[in-house]
Amino acid sequence: MSHPDTQAAHGHGDHGAQIPHFSMRGYVIGFVLSLILTAIPFWLVMGKVLPSPVSTGYVILGFAVVQIVVHMVYFLHMNTKSEGGWNMLALLFTTVMLLIAVGGSLWVMHHMNTNMMPPMTPQEIMHGP
Amino acid sequence: MSDIATTTAGAPREYFDLKGTHHPENGTLLGFWIYLMSDCLIFASLFATYGVLGRNYAGGPSGAEVFELPLVAVNTLMLLLSSITYGIAMIKMQQGSKSGVLGWLSITGLFGLVFLGLEIYEFQHLIHEGFGPDRSAFLSSFFTLVGTHGLHVTFGIVWLVTLLFQVGKLGLTAANQRRLMCLSMFWHFLDVVWIAVFTFVYLMGVL
Amino acid sequence: MSTISNNPFLGRLTWESLPFHEPILIATFCGVAIGGLAVLAILTKYRLWGYLWKEWFTSIDHKKIGIMYMVLGLVMFLRGFADAIMMRAQQAMSFGDNMGYLPPHHFDQVFTAHGVIMIFFAAMPFVTGFMNYVVPMQIGARDVSFPFLNNFSFWMTASGAVLVMLSLFIGEFAKVGWLAFAPLSGLEYSPDVGMDYYIWALQIAGVGTTLSGINLLVTILKMRAPGMNLMKMPVFCWASLCTNVLIIVSFPILTAVLFLLTMDRYLGTHFFTNDFGGNPMMYVNLIWIWGHPEVYILILPCFGIFSEVVATFSRKRLFGYTSMVYATVCITVLSYLVWLHHFFTMGSGASVNTFFGITTMIISIPTGVKMFNWMFTMYRGRIHFDVPMLWTLGFMVTFTVGGMTGVMLAVPPADFALHNSLFLVAHFHNVIIGGVVFGTFAGINYWFPKAFGFKLDPFWGKVSFWFWLAGYWFAFTPLYVLGLMGVTRRMSHFDDPSLQKWFLIAGFGAVLVACGIGAFLVQVFVSIRNKDKLRDVTGDPWNGRTLEWSTSSPPPAYNFAFTPVAHDIDAWWDMKQHGYTRPTSGFQPIHMPRYTAAGVVLAGISTVFGFAMIWHVWWLAAISFVALIASAIYHTFNYDRDYHIPAEDVLATENARTQQLASTHV
Repeated sequence: MSHPDTQAAHGHGDHGAQIPHFSMRGYVIGFVLSLILTAIPFWLVMGKVLPSPVSTGYVILGFAVVQIVVHMVYFLHMNTKSEGGWNMLALLFTTVMLLIAVGGSLWVMHHMNTNMMPPMTPQEIMHGP
Repeated sequence: MSDIATTTAGAPREYFDLKGTHHPENGTLLGFWIYLMSDCLIFASLFATYGVLGRNYAGGPSGAEVFELPLVAVNTLMLLLSSITYGIAMIKMQQGSKSGVLGWLSITGLFGLVFLGLEIYEFQHLIHEGFGPDRSAFLSSFFTLVGTHGLHVTFGIVWLVTLLFQVGKLGLTAANQRRLMCLSMFWHFLDVVWIAVFTFVYLMGVL
Repeated sequence: MSTISNNPFLGRLTWESLPFHEPILIATFCGVAIGGLAVLAILTKYRLWGYLWKEWFTSIDHKKIGIMYMVLGLVMFLRGFADAIMMRAQQAMSFGDNMGYLPPHHFDQVFTAHGVIMIFFAAMPFVTGFMNYVVPMQIGARDVSFPFLNNFSFWMTASGAVLVMLSLFIGEFAKVGWLAFAPLSGLEYSPDVGMDYYIWALQIAGVGTTLSGINLLVTILKMRAPGMNLMKMPVFCWASLCTNVLIIVSFPILTAVLFLLTMDRYLGTHFFTNDFGGNPMMYVNLIWIWGHPEVYILILPCFGIFSEVVATFSRKRLFGYTSMVYATVCITVLSYLVWLHHFFTMGSGASVNTFFGITTMIISIPTGVKMFNWMFTMYRGRIHFDVPMLWTLGFMVTFTVGGMTGVMLAVPPADFALHNSLFLVAHFHNVIIGGVVFGTFAGINYWFPKAFGFKLDPFWGKVSFWFWLAGYWFAFTPLYVLGLMGVTRRMSHFDDPSLQKWFLIAGFGAVLVACGIGAFLVQVFVSIRNKDKLRDVTGDPWNGRTLEWSTSSPPPAYNFAFTPVAHDIDAWWDMKQHGYTRPTSGFQPIHMPRYTAAGVVLAGISTVFGFAMIWHVWWLAAISFVALIASAIYHTFNYDRDYHIPAEDVLATENARTQQLASTHV
């Protein structure tokens, strides 16, 4: 793999800088997929296409996950080889931590709110506390 | 790892890299990726906060009442286009075309500025109506989550302009290519976060 | 916004901000001023400013940065200990009609400052200092992956410390406990500047810590010597790897939650307020998602230090290397699943509490594995009771008890009685002092000869150890008793005089600890005075096992003239066993990074920015913010970041070492 180098590079520092190979094809595929994966959720919500908001919620969630993967693969060139696999491991570990932090917070706070937040009077619900 | 470390049976062990063949690998791209992972967790906290507080309207407006989805769709398109144009800039970098890089980078920056402009317009409109971040916990979390993303885009644009000067002045040196790679990762990462934002905040907020 | 006076030029600063009415602070200021002026005078007299600037402050050498972290940690540790003595004194005397000498608003600042300083500005710098100094050498590298960032990280930490120290004399500090729970820390109940000092000191230092985490992690992953795959790395490097993963994964949460609190205080948002939909419990939840990994960040490097010390001073390879690694990784992952045990009593209910109670109990198991591995290393070893080994033995006994009281607290029904009692205070001091403080002293005694070329005086080291060990037990066992009786923490006055005897014993313990600290300072002073007698000429004063001991003491700037090649665990021991030949010729020029002032400058501007934000001096905040960005951008235009040490210089340095080694008939 070669990349043009218009200045004498500091030889020692560059070893192992794995710059992935960019191709127009990859970007176009990613772009088109992203467009589709964005347009459909917007359409589902704005058009109130599905009967229940809950199922709509799950569906657009699924689309978001897929689109994130598309971005990772086609734009960020995510694969199991780059940086000796450390990139992928870091991403997976971060994802797990993210799920724990977000999911854990939602679970914990739901219980906290249920047990500890006093119910509002109808007046408070209408006009704020 | 290098060959000096393997020992054939009976041969004396080599304890020093006398020929100087070992060069420590450059850690910039990995390091920047790991920084992005930490940034991801800042956003995770903001998403968690939005998840917990996002329905606390305090008698004020809900998402359905204030979100303008067509505007969000346009913004999403701006960011997506900017990702493509950055990608093309990277192809130009690969081809060694300095002017190509500068051109496509500038277009990327312009898309970013349009995104920011639309977002500022949206925020300013909400504040003008009295629905600023101090109105309710829902609005506080909305403005903070979306605003933090916007701040990141702003820093990205500042960095982009700086790189325009640096590439313009020194060309596509190894150091500059590493910097372009890092900004590329940053820029695409912001688009990934935006997917989560428009899904969880805007689309689900309207449901 | 705060209703305190708002002058467009000075913000909230007024003459009232200076503590002329607080005699304790006036006395402190006089002491600091006299001492400070003395230091400045000495530096000027011996013309050390240029030396300090050129050789230390602008250094990107991981060894120098490591030493600077240790110095910072030590200075702040002394300040934090002063707070501790003040609390012990107050609590020993304040019963019934006697209100003691510290009014509550001052006492509250003291316990807040004590916690903040000890965790963020003593313990964190100590562990970061050790990792910085030791890890690159143990993996056979010449520096970390990002040397400039390393320097910047140090100065950002120092900047946070400066802001905390400034709060002593300009304004006041926070009165909300070291974690600043909302809504007490919000604008309504803490409109004062103290809370803002807290926020900005931690945010600025937090940037330094997060970057340092990334730096050390990439260093370990990318810069190991040939042959040193991960399962041949010293255990201290594994401990550092896991610690830095924890830093990277937890500090962003702290950044985010402090940012949200800042928004509440500066922009009137409603994240953690009592009204308009805010939820203060979310603050507690988020801060402890950070807080629990934080305590493992503090202890894991110390476990690593103990592993190195036990193996070296038992003259035996560490028992169960693989299980040590797995135990450390388990602790890393599990530490992210236990955070709720810090607030069992906040009301999440039985199902949530049970889950976190079980995970908390599970996380004690890998630590137990480590404890057994250390013991099995010692078994049938030839133990040398040098000072580092004494600290390690003290740790093994003390920390185990603290761990056990932790398992007690992990049981939610028990915790309902013990939460926020003195039992809790005793528990965490038990593990932090037994683990982090003892580990720090073990590490200091162990690596001091490497860093400075002479050992620390063993007699005063032993004196310090015994005072600390006795002092810890006298100071905190009474607190266990008091906690079981139901006494609450953070109280500046008690109605029940029958409690006083326990506090007097605790006070006595604090005096013993003070003697231990004094003995340590004497140890340093005596060692410097006797450095020729204590000199380490071989570079390997303890017959060590890992690569840092293959260099001279102190090591040359480049660490290794030739990159070492590792073949086995305990690479240096392996080299000694197989009879290596130290190369004395054929040196190449060595590629090194340049020193730079950019880190000092950026951190200095950050300090000004923090101060301006604290005092609502908006014009200064704006200017310093712009200056910060501009300086950072300006720095990126400097591409001339490195140079080469000529081969002749390397030859000269290595020849000097050859002569030094020859003088010991090695």
